[in-house]
Amino acid sequence: MARIKIPRKSTAIDMTAMCDVAFLLLTFFILTAKLKQEDPLRVDVPASTVKVNVPDVDMATITVGHGKVFFGLEGTDLRKSLLEEIGKKYSTSFTPEEIQKFSLIPTFGVPVNTLKQYLALSTDDKKKYTQPGIPVDTTTNSELFNWIYEARVVTKNLHNKELRFAIKGDSREQYPEIGKIIDVLQKQAVNKFSLITSLNQGK
Amino acid sequence: MAELDTSGGGGKKGGKVRSKKASTRIDLTAMVDLAFLLITFFIMATTLAKPKAMDTIWPDKTKKDVQLPVPESRTMTVLLGANHSIAWYVGPPGKTPPTVDNFGKNGIRKTLVEKNKEIEASHPGPNNYMIVLVKASDKSTYKDFVSILDELNITGIQSHAVVAITPPEIGMLKDNNLY
Repeated sequence: MARIKIPRKSTAIDMTAMCDVAFLLLTFFILTAKLKQEDPLRVDVPASTVKVNVPDVDMATITVGHGKVFFGLEGTDLRKSLLEEIGKKYSTSFTPEEIQKFSLIPTFGVPVNTLKQYLALSTDDKKKYTQPGIPVDTTTNSELFNWIYEARVVTKNLHNKELRFAIKGDSREQYPEIGKIIDVLQKQAVNKFSLITSLNQGK
Repeated sequence: MAELDTSGGGGKKGGKVRSKKASTRIDLTAMVDLAFLLITFFIMATTLAKPKAMDTIWPDKTKKDVQLPVPESRTMTVLLGANHSIAWYVGPPGKTPPTVDNFGKNGIRKTLVEKNKEIEASHPGPNNYMIVLVKASDKSTYKDFVSILDELNITGIQSHAVVAITPPEIGMLKDNNLY
């Protein structure tokens, strides 16, 4: 009697194709990912039901929290010319190295007169240094007013686009602090801007 | 397959020394594991860090002649007080005492929907929508401000504006211990 032979199959599977797919996806995610950047001013943004994402280009963010105001502009090329323009306005000349360093900082909150010292700090020292925030008042010559104005000018010159603004406020911040920023924006006829919120799905 | 060939290469018969033939196949399991781990990390890191933008349009302050006359009977004024409190009244200030309300489904949202219906019913069309004036006091927080704008978006109120608060309205908040 002939016995039925059951062929023994190997349990090992060819992983090559799976590995290919996994790395393809990995590459895709690395390239599309915009990693969370550490904010120098940590704010807890209020929640809302709005589902519109914040645009990535030609965007300036004004961060308000703990009584301080920080300014951020997207795009290294814009930041470079922004510092040049601000240097002209406050009659301080920034060296090319300083401009290069400034172009790598997405958000900052130092007055113009201490900006040079701040840029001279090493990366570690920059993290330790508590930035005092940009001076704001209701006149049309405050530092924040000028930063906003010059940022709009350089965006118009370099990208030929209107700069969009977003206010990123801490939820515990008192309303007058935010109202002050809105006043500064409205003084230069920026009447359309966004408020950054996190998505609230609970309601 | 997928393992390194560790067989002796045919033994030592015949005294001839044969070089070992190494398999070109490598076990990819660990590599796949690592790749998927990284994919998971990148998926998490990207989708969690997406802030949302609430677009707002404000009246142009530089132009003085664009103010529309607002019929007082169609306005509802929402005052933001201390400790996340709200007080609201319909019509001109002082005519009706303010009602204290709170955020949430059965609070201001219900009020907005009801008042909107009432005003639409009591006014002849076509422009009979309710106009909401948001007045944030100095004691209110940014969170309240965003919440009330969000409620206005949810309830689909056609027209709303943010206006500076006046001293009599601060008085109203004080009377209700909200300032």
